[in-house]
Amino acid sequence: MSKIYFAPTHEYIVVDGNIGTVGISDYAQRALGNVVYVDMPEVDDEFNAGDDFGAIESVKAASDLFAPVSGTVIEVNDELADNPRLVNEDAMANWIIKLEISDLAELDNLMDAEAYEAHCAAEKH
Amino acid sequence: MEKEFKKTCLHDRHVKLGALMSPFGGFDMPIQYAGIVEEHQAVRTACGVFDVSHMGEVLVTGPDAEKFVNYIFTNDTTAGDSGKCFYGMMLHPDGGVVDDLLVYKRSATNYFLVINASNIDKDVEWIRSHAGGFDVEIEHLSDLMGELAIQGPEAENIVAEVLGLQCSELQFYTFKDTNYNGTAVILSRTGYTGEDGFEVYGPHAVIIDMWDKLIAAGVAPCGLGCRDTLRFEVGLPLYGDELADDITPLEAGLGIFVKLDKPEFIGREAIAMQKASGPARKLIGLELTDRAIPRHGYEVLNEKDEVVGHVTTGYHAISVDKSIAMALVDTAYAALGTGLKVKIRRKCFPCQVVSKKFYKKSYKK
Repeated sequence: MSKIYFAPTHEYIVVDGNIGTVGISDYAQRALGNVVYVDMPEVDDEFNAGDDFGAIESVKAASDLFAPVSGTVIEVNDELADNPRLVNEDAMANWIIKLEISDLAELDNLMDAEAYEAHCAAEKH
Repeated sequence: MEKEFKKTCLHDRHVKLGALMSPFGGFDMPIQYAGIVEEHQAVRTACGVFDVSHMGEVLVTGPDAEKFVNYIFTNDTTAGDSGKCFYGMMLHPDGGVVDDLLVYKRSATNYFLVINASNIDKDVEWIRSHAGGFDVEIEHLSDLMGELAIQGPEAENIVAEVLGLQCSELQFYTFKDTNYNGTAVILSRTGYTGEDGFEVYGPHAVIIDMWDKLIAAGVAPCGLGCRDTLRFEVGLPLYGDELADDITPLEAGLGIFVKLDKPEFIGREAIAMQKASGPARKLIGLELTDRAIPRHGYEVLNEKDEVVGHVTTGYHAISVDKSIAMALVDTAYAALGTGLKVKIRRKCFPCQVVSKKFYKKSYKK
């Protein structure tokens, strides 16, 4: 069964075995507004937890994307190259990359859905 | 300590409308309400209203008002009658831009200057420091006046019907002193969007009343986010991006607003010399083939990967659906069709020099 975690920088990772599906949260897509570009890494790129692996751009600004855990990119969502607005339509369904996670213990540093909700509420104030 | 930002007279309105607020030019300003794209489209296709009360206003009066304004300003205000607006710059002696501004000629002895929010303190000091020897009085009105911009193809009807201000007779870049419910206001056919539209200046109470009427009538409230995308698409400069203390009007492609046939104004000699030798840098348009977005400050490279300039403003433009930018580059790379590259994060993206009029203006002239 898969489980979802969130980073304080608003990426989510849905974990199934040692595969993590990474995107940005619904809260983040709302805060960004119209997404016009997603800068994605390439398959086989390796990242450490906290590395920026790409960027997501709204009309006004570019925001870096950070790897929630260490791992190797096994798939990128090519659909976002031509249609970045899918992120606004459904941020959960329209993930950005899939990672082969190198150290599952790093997931303990992330938040669960409840803790993330509290994190967002605190950020608003 | 957190910096305190100034608020316009409409600040509480923006907060109530749920605007995303952000600092700009020392003010806490609305960036967007419904969204930059929606607001941008409202102005291109119908009408939107902007709170631009952060802009600064300076009144220059007295027997030498015209002579003084013409001395600190690059355009020639003797070349038009009362009721005309002039766009131009104040220059440093070396030709760098102190600010770009709109000058309203009310008469030869009464000029109303509209300056950028981010430069208010610098400008007022600059203006005052050069007034010696001129018989003028300089009044700084920024804290007393608000300003609205009502922009878009339906602006004329909205200003006439919702605000009850007769405006159809105003030509592009002209204005009139008029009154709104008995209070004096200035109404001009000007703007910063590339669309037909009006700007109105008045005391805070009047600006608040107008704003409420416009919003109640269904006019789209528009933030500084789309103000920037709109002005960018039609190639209008923003001080801080395309203009700065170390960028000259010739480099920015604004030479037609610098009247070198005037006998004297600050910066004239430097510009005349630069015109004779040709500027070393030029502001150009760039078009990318990729969707990646060139942002302010990103490096522009030639085919040998040498840095030849930097991006001043860039967007994935809304009305033309392309990634485009304005960039200041070495003149050798400024010719239309020149192939260049922009460095966006880790990667370089190919691009081509194009006209910086990315989208056609539709002014009513």
